[in-house]
Amino acid sequence: MFWREIVRLFHKEMVYLWGMSVLLFTLIVLSGAFLAGFVGSLTGLGGGVIIIPLLTLVLKVDIHYAIGASIISVIATSSGSAAAYVKEGITNVRIGMFLEIATTISAVVGAVVAVFIDPNYIAVIFGLVLLFSAITMIRKKKDRSDADTSDQLAVFFKLNGSYPEGAEFKSYAVHHVAGGFLMMFVAGIVSGMLGIGSGALKVLAMDHIMKIPFKVSTTTSNFMMGVTGAASAVVYFHRGQIDPGIAMPVALGVLVGSTVGSGILMRVKTDRLKLVFAVVVIFLAGQMIYNGFIGTL
Amino acid sequence: MSSKKRVFKQDRDIQVILGTVLRTGVIFSMIIVFIGGIIYLLNSRTEIVDYSVFNLDETRFSSVVSVLSGLVQLNGRAIVQSGILLLIFTPVLRVAFSIFGFLIERDYLYVLIGTFVLAVILFSLSHKLVG
Repeated sequence: MFWREIVRLFHKEMVYLWGMSVLLFTLIVLSGAFLAGFVGSLTGLGGGVIIIPLLTLVLKVDIHYAIGASIISVIATSSGSAAAYVKEGITNVRIGMFLEIATTISAVVGAVVAVFIDPNYIAVIFGLVLLFSAITMIRKKKDRSDADTSDQLAVFFKLNGSYPEGAEFKSYAVHHVAGGFLMMFVAGIVSGMLGIGSGALKVLAMDHIMKIPFKVSTTTSNFMMGVTGAASAVVYFHRGQIDPGIAMPVALGVLVGSTVGSGILMRVKTDRLKLVFAVVVIFLAGQMIYNGFIGTL
Repeated sequence: MSSKKRVFKQDRDIQVILGTVLRTGVIFSMIIVFIGGIIYLLNSRTEIVDYSVFNLDETRFSSVVSVLSGLVQLNGRAIVQSGILLLIFTPVLRVAFSIFGFLIERDYLYVLIGTFVLAVILFSLSHKLVG
C-alpha cells in the first residue's frame, strides 16, 4: 500500500538519522514501560494500554512484537500483585478457577487467530477496546452485590462466598453464572488477540452480569490474568512474537512501575488522574483507529 | 468459630501459599531477565534495532530447546528468554498448587476444574498452534 511505503521509508530515514541503537531503544522502552506500569496501577487500567501504542505508534515496532511483549508484562503485574491481595483474603479462588475455564480456552483461540488478522484491523480493535476501557475507568463504580443465593449454577459451583469488611464477614451471592461465563469468553479472546489483561471486559462480566462485589471482582480478575496471559503467551512464544530485546525492558519497566504505583495508591487521590488519563487513552485510541484505517501499522 | 469463618480461614491458608508461589516466581524470573538484559546490552548495545516488520523466519529462541542451547553459550537474549519462560510458568504452577489445595479440601469438583484449566495450557504449550 502506498501510505505504508511512505511511512516505512520515513522510518528508515529516522533510523538513519537517530541511529536507534539497542541501548537507546532499551532505555526509551524501559522508561515508557515504567510510566505505563505506574499510571496503569494507579488508575486500574493496566500497563498494556499504554505500552502497545508507545511501541507501535512512536517506535514503529510491528504490532505482533508489541503484543508479545505486553502479555509478558500482564503476567508479571498480575502475579506480583495477586500475592498482596490474597493475603487480605478477598480473592475468591473458586470464582477465579471456574472462570479460567472460559478465559484460558478463549485466550488460546484469540492468540491463534491473531496471526491471520491484518495488523491494521488489530489496531482498530485495540483502539475500540481502549475507548471502552477509558469509559469504564471514569464511570462511577456501583456495587450491585446482594446475598440472594437463587442462582442454581452458583450454588452448584460453590461460587457464593464472603469477604472481611472491618471485623465483620460480608456474604455475597453470584448471579447469572452462564451469562458471566460467556462474557469472560469474550474477554479471553480480546486478551489473547491483543495481549492485554482486558480488565474492563472482566469488570463487565463480574460486576455487572454476575453482581460480584467489586472488592472481590477486582482482585479475582487480577488473579486470573496471570493464568489467562500464560495460556496465550505460550502461543506467542512458539510463534516468535516474544522478542527478548523488547520483552526485557517492557516486563522490567512495567513491573517496577506498577509496584511503585500500588505502593502509593492508598495515599493519593486518583479521581483527577483518572480523568486526565482517560483523555490520554482516548487520544491513543483515536490514533490507533486512525492509523489502522489508513493502513500504516 | 462459625463455619463461615472456618471455611474462610481454610481457603485463606491455600491462598497465602499461592500468593507466595506467585511472588517468588515473579521476583526470581525478573532477576534472570535483568541479568540477561545486562549481558545483552553489554554485547550488542551499539547495534541498530529494527522491529518494523514482524519476521516469522527470524524466530530465534522461540522454542524451549533453542533457549536452553543459547543458555549454555551464555547468550544474553537466551537468558532473558529463559527468565520470561519462567515467568510464564509461574501462574501455571499456581494452578497446579490450587489443584493440590482443593484435593486436601476434598473438593473434587474443583480438582476437576483445575485439572481442565491446566490441561488447556499444557495442550497449547505442547502443540505448536501456529498459523
